[in-house]
Amino acid sequence: MKITGKAHKFGRDIDTDIIIPAQYLTTFDPDELAKHCMEPLDDEFKANVAPGDIIVADENFGCGSSREHAPVAIKGAGIGAIIAKSFARIFYRNAINTGLPIFESPEAVDGISAGDEVSVDVVAGVITNTTTGKTYQTPPFTGHLAEIIEAGGLIEFTKKRVKG
Amino acid sequence: MNITEKIIAAHAGRDKVTPGELVSVKIDLALANDITAPGAILEFAKIGVGQVFDKDKVVIVPDHFTPNKDIASAEQAKMVREFAGAQDLTNYFEIGQMGIEHALLPELGLVLPGDLVIGADSHTCTYGGMGAFSTGMGSTDLAAAFATGETWLKVPSSLKFNLEGTLGSWVTGKDIILYIIGKIGVDGALYKAMEFTGGAISALSMDSRFSICNMAIEAGGKNGIIAADATTRAYVAERSDRPYTVFESDADAVYEQVLEFRAEDIELQVAFPHLPSNARGLSDVGEVAVDQVVIGSCTNGRIEDLRIAAKILKGQKVHRGLRLIVIPATQKIYKQAMNEGLFDIFIDAGAAISTPTCGPCLGGHMGVLAAGERALATTNRNFVGRMGHKDSEVYLAGPAVAAATAIAGKIVGPEAS
Repeated sequence: MKITGKAHKFGRDIDTDIIIPAQYLTTFDPDELAKHCMEPLDDEFKANVAPGDIIVADENFGCGSSREHAPVAIKGAGIGAIIAKSFARIFYRNAINTGLPIFESPEAVDGISAGDEVSVDVVAGVITNTTTGKTYQTPPFTGHLAEIIEAGGLIEFTKKRVKG
Repeated sequence: MNITEKIIAAHAGRDKVTPGELVSVKIDLALANDITAPGAILEFAKIGVGQVFDKDKVVIVPDHFTPNKDIASAEQAKMVREFAGAQDLTNYFEIGQMGIEHALLPELGLVLPGDLVIGADSHTCTYGGMGAFSTGMGSTDLAAAFATGETWLKVPSSLKFNLEGTLGSWVTGKDIILYIIGKIGVDGALYKAMEFTGGAISALSMDSRFSICNMAIEAGGKNGIIAADATTRAYVAERSDRPYTVFESDADAVYEQVLEFRAEDIELQVAFPHLPSNARGLSDVGEVAVDQVVIGSCTNGRIEDLRIAAKILKGQKVHRGLRLIVIPATQKIYKQAMNEGLFDIFIDAGAAISTPTCGPCLGGHMGVLAAGERALATTNRNFVGRMGHKDSEVYLAGPAVAAATAIAGKIVGPEAS
């Protein structure tokens, strides 16, 4: 699977109250949540995202709350993948569980500027900055995580397990 | 092994685990609230098992937007209530019997030392204060746990924070954890266990221990943990007959890092906007006028916090133009505070007292801020827009600074009020 789009750059410690403020946590509808995605930082975020665009952020992306509405809002806004220097732990799990591709690559983050055209080969873990021509390899998912991704998310994975 | 590794190993059916390993563990409790349970319920339905793995071990506490703040939150609360009814959950707590989840579960004896608890709420790490392993996850993880009674964990590496010496007057667990987060940063313990040891930790009340472990997540931690001791055993003895295992770190346990602190170095702390790591000693705060003070939350809404606040507010008045909102964390704490006469002190001072709710902490209700307003709160997060408008500000502190600030109208300590 290949995701291609424009890079939206963010700094470090982008918290879940920025990704989706708590006042909107009265629904799990992706379209509804997407309307308010990143609102405290950028009112126009959703309007500026084309399907497949990619968030590129510094350390500790998604810190704070356990709200799964955060990856759901980001996906709902049309974002195809996130590349960050590091992710907060609960956000990382939530993204995997809800099928939002995420990649840790400090080099790629430093090598991508806002507005660059970026493509990500999700399975191979290869990030290409089409604007600069540079590529970055991220470690592939292994073990339990790979099984969850392969099954199509945690729910599908669990379904198979409970059926034995 | 250290205490975190021992609890994970025991729940994975293993003699030993090492950091970095992915293991499947049996869980003692799976928790969700009115905001996260709806997602878990929708995903649980897709798995198709019908019944939750154990109706005694799935706990739902509607505490965030309750009593319902609007129609949408009422619909969510209704969905959760119906699920709890259909599943015949033993531990669903309705308005009037509930409390903020992380204050309520230990209080009711639902979590015991050595337990492994997951919750769809990031502050689930609170129960480390009684020597349990507990960590926050999302709704889908909870849905899978509802179905199987298991979850997967990456065994974390551990950081040990050793605190020796004697704390200064008014200094509590909140100051200790803000001080530590100020030193290591909001990702200083990313993915890691934070183990707290030393004479100054042993001397702490259970309420202060819960405050410390509650905010492990604010350093990115997977869990915070304090081994159970005589204080813990006495606390548990009043609440549960269920047998439990006390785990302790071995003398040769491995830590990624051991950090030593002196209790005497820890002043009363205030975390400035917009990260909990922007912590400063009170002497470095300067002149900061405040519009609202909130005393409550899963971090600091326990009886110790209310007693400290009442001691300072006794015979005093809330500063003109400032709103003081006091939120006891559970019905039991509410009644206890009332019976101890603390409500008289709060009301005579000019404070509002609320039924238990997370409400203002996450900008839900019961004290949302307007643009340009500034709050000092005993809560746990001061992110941009956390308590309301994106142009409002939240300063974090313990109950003593909160009460003194409510009197002075600006951030001060109890000695100045």
